[in-house]
Amino acid sequence: MPTPPAANEILDREFLDLRARLIDVAAALDRIDRAEGAVLNDPRLGQIRQSLQILSTDSADRAERIQMVFSLPYREDWRQA
Amino acid sequence: MYFFDPHIHMAARTTDDFQTLAKMGCVVVGEPAFWMGYDRSGANSFYDYFRQLTEWEPKRAANYGIRHHSWMGINAKEAEDVGFAREVIATLPEFLQRPTVLGVGEIGLHKCTRNEVTTLLELIDLGMKTEEQLLFHTPHLEDKYLGTRMILDILRGDSRVNHGRVCIDHCEEHTIRPVLEEGYWAGITLYPVTKANPQRAVDMVEIYGAERILVNSSADWGPSDPFAVPAFILAMRRRGHPASRIRKLVYDNPLRFFRQSRNFRFAGPEEQPSEA
Repeated sequence: MPTPPAANEILDREFLDLRARLIDVAAALDRIDRAEGAVLNDPRLGQIRQSLQILSTDSADRAERIQMVFSLPYREDWRQA
Repeated sequence: MYFFDPHIHMAARTTDDFQTLAKMGCVVVGEPAFWMGYDRSGANSFYDYFRQLTEWEPKRAANYGIRHHSWMGINAKEAEDVGFAREVIATLPEFLQRPTVLGVGEIGLHKCTRNEVTTLLELIDLGMKTEEQLLFHTPHLEDKYLGTRMILDILRGDSRVNHGRVCIDHCEEHTIRPVLEEGYWAGITLYPVTKANPQRAVDMVEIYGAERILVNSSADWGPSDPFAVPAFILAMRRRGHPASRIRKLVYDNPLRFFRQSRNFRFAGPEEQPSEA
């Protein structure tokens, strides 16, 4: 693999894109809030909230952890289910 | 840079796409049999589809200097009806003998049901009896992790399976590790919204290395990008990866994987004798 770039170089490169995508997420959530009715108990909203919590943690496996938030559970004994 | 798209559904694409792919440097495509967006009404529909993949598509690709190879199978979505699937499976041996066919695929799971598993076991059995390579589709979205783990369990239970002759496709951040750890080839699909994108694919290469990874577009009749592999090449370049590593991922790796199929004989553009 190439020598990993410095973290500040990656932040420089990704900052505007990250900013834009975070605003997209915020705007979509605002759109839901402005709409008629309530989806507070919709499990999908819970998954989104859980994912936002993962985003605010310090770890290098956030993408994998968010994938798991949106995944059905696996059981080793699925053949008996 | 010359490249393969090892998983693309050209039957759902226009001839213009072949032309543009050729201009971009594509020399080989691999086309697995799949769900065409609607359920077929009978096994004869599959028969004609298999003829299209083995007779018509190779000619259409050859007009642009692209080698077209295909995989034969019944997709997971139509595998739910086990009786119907058996009718289709009965037609497969004839096509597996055809000169451009690479093996059995894409097979796998969709909603991870008991019936899908039954059909899958019969497809794997056929592949093992005829010594084929296998190409696995893993489910979409919330079913992907469960389905991938189930496929790995099923394969682990069959001692006939040579892991180095199997590709588990559509891997993402939460499924690629176990696939590589168990010695399979891992396919990464660059697909808008529902799978990986070029940046995330490069992330996975940086985390897991370039060994046994195949990058594909899986472009089909839905929202998809037939030029996703060149987009991946550009993303790798922009992140500072050397040409040798990029070439390994988009040319050497698929060449190595495809060459394990008895029907794959390919003298690449760089292996042709030079003009005197």
